[in-house]
Amino acid sequence: MLSSNAPRNRLRGGVILLCALAFFAAAPARADEVQEAQKLLKSGQSQQALERVNRALAANPKDPQARFLKGLILTEQGKQQDAIEIFTKLTQDHPNLPEPYNNLAVIYASQGQYEKARAALEQSIRTHPSYATAYENLGDVYAKLASQAYGKALQLDASNTGAQNKLSLVRELVREPIAKPAPTTTAAKEAPKEPAKPPVLAQKAPEKKAAAAEKPAGDSTAEVLKTVNGWAQAWSKKDADTYLAYYAKDFKAPRGEGRADWEKARRARIAAPKSISVGVESPKVTMRGAQQASVSFRQTYRSDKLTTKSRKTLELVKADGRWLIKEEKAAK
Amino acid sequence: MRRLALLVLALTSISMAWATTPEDRLSSVFEAIEANQIDVALKRVDALIADYPNFRLAHLVRGDLLLARARPLETFGNVVKTVPRERLDGLRDEALARLRAQRLRPTEDRLPRYVLQLNPEQKHALVVDSRRSRLYVYANDGGKPRLIADYYVTLGKNGIDKTREGDQKTPVGVYHVTANLPRKKLTDFYGAGAFPINYPNEWDRRQGRKGHGIWLHGVPSNVYSRPPRASDGCIVLANPDLESVGQRLQIGLTPVIIADEIEWSDAGSLETERSGLAAALEQWRADWQSRDTERYLAHYSQRFSSLGQDYAAWGAHKRKVNAAKSWIKVGLGRVTMLRYPHERDMVVVTFDQDYRSDGLSNVMKKRQYWAKEAGRWKILYEGPG
Repeated sequence: MLSSNAPRNRLRGGVILLCALAFFAAAPARADEVQEAQKLLKSGQSQQALERVNRALAANPKDPQARFLKGLILTEQGKQQDAIEIFTKLTQDHPNLPEPYNNLAVIYASQGQYEKARAALEQSIRTHPSYATAYENLGDVYAKLASQAYGKALQLDASNTGAQNKLSLVRELVREPIAKPAPTTTAAKEAPKEPAKPPVLAQKAPEKKAAAAEKPAGDSTAEVLKTVNGWAQAWSKKDADTYLAYYAKDFKAPRGEGRADWEKARRARIAAPKSISVGVESPKVTMRGAQQASVSFRQTYRSDKLTTKSRKTLELVKADGRWLIKEEKAAK
Repeated sequence: MRRLALLVLALTSISMAWATTPEDRLSSVFEAIEANQIDVALKRVDALIADYPNFRLAHLVRGDLLLARARPLETFGNVVKTVPRERLDGLRDEALARLRAQRLRPTEDRLPRYVLQLNPEQKHALVVDSRRSRLYVYANDGGKPRLIADYYVTLGKNGIDKTREGDQKTPVGVYHVTANLPRKKLTDFYGAGAFPINYPNEWDRRQGRKGHGIWLHGVPSNVYSRPPRASDGCIVLANPDLESVGQRLQIGLTPVIIADEIEWSDAGSLETERSGLAAALEQWRADWQSRDTERYLAHYSQRFSSLGQDYAAWGAHKRKVNAAKSWIKVGLGRVTMLRYPHERDMVVVTFDQDYRSDGLSNVMKKRQYWAKEAGRWKILYEGPG
């Protein structure tokens, strides 16, 4: 798992990935209160955030959004037992919300209770089959359980049986609890994940529109491919400057964050592993006129910490004779 | 009525559960993996570990099953590179040995070439295949062997063909168990118990092979089994396996034949070999009884030696003794014939000998090593059995 571009990092044993989000459609006034608490938490003022959220809860003790946020604040304050209580209660009152299960799992995992973490994540996925964060976390929990099993098999010290895995805490509740399976339009705002493996995005299927505009010559296609390969190479070389130069000025950051924040996070991500290797397999270029292109491919990301394979689509635009990435989308 | 049926069903499934060994269950985990039923495989291995928490190989497989959910596996036992290789290799070898033996279990018509004849008192014979890391238990079915069980075994770190003290090898040959050392007389290292065998035997000593203390024994309480090549030469079984084998062993009687790779034969060929040697043995008996010493001595090889006597000394002694008798009667009973692995046509023959003459009579257990020379069975060694 890759580290986060988001700020919080308080759980024992690793970085926590924070997830952005729309929130529960509670009463508007209270929503403001909760929103304010959220802002406070983001700016690191967790105690003030807690006071604010407690006020909201005094007015409406059942508000899941506020309860969820309180769980989050307590988690970040290291009050794991209290947080577990809140999230557990939320799973009981709202069994089809995946986020509380996910966050319970993150806490359990940070305590080394991987079997409990596994159960919670499996539950989270059951409520929400396309929930990317839970999948990723579950993958990490499986890896951790695997290394425990290996430790027992080979009589190893538990300490050196595998890489440290970091689970992602979900920041907010999704607007509507989704009960429908698979290709839902959920997660529009899931996480500031490593772009190698971001959450399920709304599937816009741009290819259909593109079919009509398929006239530009093979030259452009070759240029686009060259650009994508150059981008992957710069990433693999951990050359952040060159890598970032492949992105357009108006690049749409996956979380909607500002360019500077996004760049900073990317630099941190690229610097963290000792080695990175990014492969672009079976790319398919779709031209949309002379100045726009879309490339879909299978991305293999390998670092000393993680290996992932994912489908990725890059939307590119041509500006001043150079192809630049305008949008980066990935699906599991 | 219905309740009774349910009860019977429950009992049946219990008895079936009893019959299923941990190895069978491990095998069924792999079957599920092969059928791409990873969830089933994980459930089975979880249940197996719940029952046998020290079965390290099962933990390794469980690790792989869990890791496969997180990312693609590169290898069996996909642990990080810093893990000591030999520990991992030991478990991988164990997995291969166990699965291969399960899949290559000999069919009913295939019999080890070694067990030519068991005497009526010998209820079982053990045959070890070093390459398969396997011990096969044969029941004595009217003198003929019938496979009734087989077990994974750990043998010497340095393989087979023991020749000297401390070489950490397992001997190859025809042996028998000589004692029963119960658990309480041993350290935990030997697990459920131990059964020494008679290495070095007469043939080993003649070949100058040294060392001692080759046992069948169990494993320490913190493991279920050990890798295929890990002992100092002993034959090591999982504790439950040692217990079930131990119940069948008769001290001084049960043969333990250790081969590198078992030569397989069939009942027909075995009977041909057995009857050929039985005829030679009968002729030896008859010629001894006839007091025609030269005919009697013709059964002995020029390479013969016994307890310090070579062929010439043996001949001189027998001529003297036989000349003094006016009659001799020799009876043979409870004959065992076991072919020696790795030796060309050599058979260990053990029997009760009832010798009567006008001077001396005695009953003894005797052991002879017979070998084929120029198409004729000859005696290489003779001594008390």
